[in-house]
Amino acid sequence: MSTQIPEQEAEAESSAEAEADASAESPQEKRMAKKAESASYRDAQKKAQEEIEAAERAVQLKVFRYDPEVEGKQEPRFDEFHVPFTKGMTVLDALMYARDHYDPSLTFRHSCRQAVCGSDAMFVNGQQRLCCKTQMSELEWPVRVEPLPHQDVVKDLVVDMQHFYDQMHSVEPYFQGDENAPSGEEQKQTRENREKIKMSTRCIWCGACMSSCNIAAGDNEYLGPAAINKAYRFYMDEREDQEELEEHRLRILEQEHGVWRCQTQFSCTEVCPKDIPLTEHIQELKREAVKNNLKFW
Amino acid sequence: MSQSYNRGLVEDFGRWKEFQAGMWAWIFHKFTGWILVGYLFTHIAVLSTAIQGPESYTTTLQSLESIFVVRILEIGLLSTAVFHILNGTRLLLVDLGIGLGSQDKSFYASLVLTGAIVVASVPTFLAGLGGGV
Repeated sequence: MSTQIPEQEAEAESSAEAEADASAESPQEKRMAKKAESASYRDAQKKAQEEIEAAERAVQLKVFRYDPEVEGKQEPRFDEFHVPFTKGMTVLDALMYARDHYDPSLTFRHSCRQAVCGSDAMFVNGQQRLCCKTQMSELEWPVRVEPLPHQDVVKDLVVDMQHFYDQMHSVEPYFQGDENAPSGEEQKQTRENREKIKMSTRCIWCGACMSSCNIAAGDNEYLGPAAINKAYRFYMDEREDQEELEEHRLRILEQEHGVWRCQTQFSCTEVCPKDIPLTEHIQELKREAVKNNLKFW
Repeated sequence: MSQSYNRGLVEDFGRWKEFQAGMWAWIFHKFTGWILVGYLFTHIAVLSTAIQGPESYTTTLQSLESIFVVRILEIGLLSTAVFHILNGTRLLLVDLGIGLGSQDKSFYASLVLTGAIVVASVPTFLAGLGGGV
């Protein structure tokens, strides 16, 4: 169960909400709505209690909580939730259960729930993981869930991703093929070339690698593993064969805060939920940069 | 970004227990590198004070070698250097793009090999202590 603060919190919030979006309602209706809402929370908690007793095991979740907008929540703390374990339960499932049954103010991002959208990367038991593809049964219990390190926390488990997106955009992550190619026709790629860039196309922009990177933590201008991997995907694409474009892409990569900041700690490769060999790609681009600058042949 | 904002519990120094192989390799490589740089200066300082003649050189070294702590430190120096060499070779392979998939295994291998070499060298380093050669 959560601490006592969120309970009162939830009510305060809901009443504020009711005032905001239903100013036409009479005070009685407002009271009724408020009552119904708190009753539904009570019911949900009771249901959770029953389900925990019915389930064979319950997982203990320790969730990082922080809300800069509410006094009394500005100091980061951990809340504990007991969630009935079901077979195949992911960390995201458990978080959603906790939110729906105990504390509706628990905030985290999620969308597709199947490791495609990349919105629920979090710091679970000391490692950046994608919550929707992390099985509860594979983790050590109690499970500790925190927002991604090295990024500002907006609220609870939500971090500010803007810097990550900025870095991603800075490498021009879009295909710039032959402009003179006949319109309406496909620009085909060889199978071998497709194989080469296959892994790098799998990036879902979850930001786990950037968060795990020790260098990115200390150097804000460092492009980061994800952005370099994106650049690799287009640099290695043979359909982008104009000399100028290749030069241009390499110039972005070999600048001071580009590929050379990587010190091969392999943290990004370890945490990538899509198993992209990030370090390998960065190393390959380093070699490309050297080849481009040392022209003995 | 990380410097601008103290998140307390999340970005805690105590997280070192959660490091993975690659990260440990990096830390050890830095650490051993700095030790070797430090040793280099000590080495130059000690030897340059003992170049007045063959006798002073011999007495300086003999008096140093008769100290037990120095023998222990020599073993430590060997282990530092051996690890730095082996991990350096590993990093060379990583830079050449060879065997990146087994980078953690090569780190463990360099640790084990370092341990083996150091243990094997212990009798040599402690030989003639106390009794005098």
